[in-house]
Amino acid sequence: MAVFASRGRAVDQAGWGRTAFAAAVSLVYFFPVLVIIITAFKVHADALAVPAKLFPWDLFGLIPQRFTFDPTLQNFVNVFSRSFSAGAQAQSTGFGLYFFNSVFIAGAAVALALVIGTLAAFGFSRYPLKGNDTYLFIILTTRMLPAIVVIIPVMLLFRVTGLAGTYTGIILLYTAFNLPFTIWMMKSFFDELSPDVEDAARLDGSTDRRVFFKICLPQVVAGLAATAVFGLILTWNEFLFALLLTGIETRTVPVAMSQTIGGDIGVRWGLLAAIETLFLIPVILVTFFLQNHLLRGVTFGTVKR
Amino acid sequence: MSTIELRRVTKRFGTFTAVREVDLSVAPGEVVCLLGPSGCGKTTTLRIIAGLEQASEGEVLIAGRQMNDRTPQERDIAMVFQFYALYPALTVGENLGFPLHAEGVSSAERARRVRQVADTLQLTHILDRLPGQIAEGEKQRVAIARAIIRDPNCFLFDEPLSRLDVELRQTMRGQIKEVLQGLSKATVIVTHDQLEALTMANRTAIMRDGLIEQIGTPHEVFARPANAFVASFIGTPQMNLIGGELVRAEGGTAEIRMEGTLVRLPVDPAVGAMKPGRVTIGMRPRAVGLASDPGPEAFTALAELIEPMGAETLIHARTVNGDDIRVVLPRARRVSVGETLHLVPEAGQTHVFDADGKAVRS
Repeated sequence: MAVFASRGRAVDQAGWGRTAFAAAVSLVYFFPVLVIIITAFKVHADALAVPAKLFPWDLFGLIPQRFTFDPTLQNFVNVFSRSFSAGAQAQSTGFGLYFFNSVFIAGAAVALALVIGTLAAFGFSRYPLKGNDTYLFIILTTRMLPAIVVIIPVMLLFRVTGLAGTYTGIILLYTAFNLPFTIWMMKSFFDELSPDVEDAARLDGSTDRRVFFKICLPQVVAGLAATAVFGLILTWNEFLFALLLTGIETRTVPVAMSQTIGGDIGVRWGLLAAIETLFLIPVILVTFFLQNHLLRGVTFGTVKR
Repeated sequence: MSTIELRRVTKRFGTFTAVREVDLSVAPGEVVCLLGPSGCGKTTTLRIIAGLEQASEGEVLIAGRQMNDRTPQERDIAMVFQFYALYPALTVGENLGFPLHAEGVSSAERARRVRQVADTLQLTHILDRLPGQIAEGEKQRVAIARAIIRDPNCFLFDEPLSRLDVELRQTMRGQIKEVLQGLSKATVIVTHDQLEALTMANRTAIMRDGLIEQIGTPHEVFARPANAFVASFIGTPQMNLIGGELVRAEGGTAEIRMEGTLVRLPVDPAVGAMKPGRVTIGMRPRAVGLASDPGPEAFTALAELIEPMGAETLIHARTVNGDDIRVVLPRARRVSVGETLHLVPEAGQTHVFDADGKAVRS
């Protein structure tokens, strides 16, 4: 009995050694992001300093002066101010619009893909056609090429249809991008559900629509969350198509960010880091609020119920 | 008029025939059990009644109307599933009220009926919980409550007790029986447990390989099994089936040769009409007595294994021609391993099956 108890505790509490090791590894992973966040609070000179100034405080004199810097919020202010004086020339930033574009385009594309993909997945799962697997395979083939391979035809298509530079165009494109993944993910979630539950609902007089909305959909909320987060990250960070297919007014943050590089004074690292820091926040927030669903979602079906 | 009627219903899955020409009718207020080993087609038969499977051939009538092409929604049937099939995302209360939505019941009336059925099955304290948060026995009660909240044509139960532990199973068996008696609806219960079938049903249909082998009251299928399969399937311990050769039968007695020994057994008068030849003799372990001496009515066997079961003792013995025979004796009668037993079948309790396994009976 005592043996089991001590074993149980050992599993619960990994011990300080392991915890420290895990923390160290986490820090290595997090370090690049941490550097970006720290840089966002530096003035231009501090951002360029070698050796790198990593500490905003001297921790009661513990850290030598040359490793510390004075934090500033000016970079964040500059992100949203319409223009600011950098050296001799005024530069336009206007990131408010770009952030709105990113949120709107990614949100709309993921939501649209989720709606269409979930319905399609339910169909593939519950009303299989002849050659069901072939169709599913064909849907996946669109993700088998690197995106750059199709960029010329897509650009021509957008030019001809007048979709280039519009919200509709880029949202439709991202929706199409997200669909295969959404359909495959959601189908696997629907496949896992007990058919008995749906049979029971039918015997209880439910229409197929009611079975879908009241019985099936609530059971795959975890799957919806996981799929949404993956789709969101993919769309949020997309650069290539956004660069080539968005206009000045529909530009997303990754594209706009790349265009702040250059100019006569070189890269404004502080500004860039501030944009990146702000750019991280929505993804972190979404992932944080959905993480319980997310964990359940990605491990769904790996353990027999 | 019967509520459920199956006429020569056959169900094929590809080349496999799951149900063969099943005829079954269930009257209002009657409880019929479909009993059989796994894979015998009993659940498929139930699903055909529910409309979850389509019959390949034959007719399905419910409440006098042809239902073959009707969806489950249109059949007005309540079913309790083996794994309960509670709606995981809805609370117990919402689960119970769910069937009433389709009937267009007002929300006040719905709440009243949910409370009423929750009272009947002692579920009031868990109405706000999700199915994942309640115990197995409670899930079972929720499943039953969800079925009885409506007033359907009939009830179907698929292995309703198979997931419960032994103690709970006994309690629930009584509770289900009580609920069903109060409802007076046609009910079909699928089970592989003969005790469940015999205790809960008015009639039991014993199925094997898609065929109904016999259908009758619990008493009939036990006392007058139609064939050797039913005889061996019903009753614990299993009925002894011993091969022998019919030499002569007259009146109520037959002379049967079992590997050299000629035994005179009291049998059904109909055996007298049989030609001499191979037969199978069926004797229930509790219908075999012990004689002190060898006699013309007794045959001998060697006790091999003794299992005390409390009030009684189960003895496994071997006859001279190598057949296994099980005998149940009162606890007071002590037998030791290796002892030679003189077994005397009880009069009127011996079943004779012909070469095809069919019971010979008047």
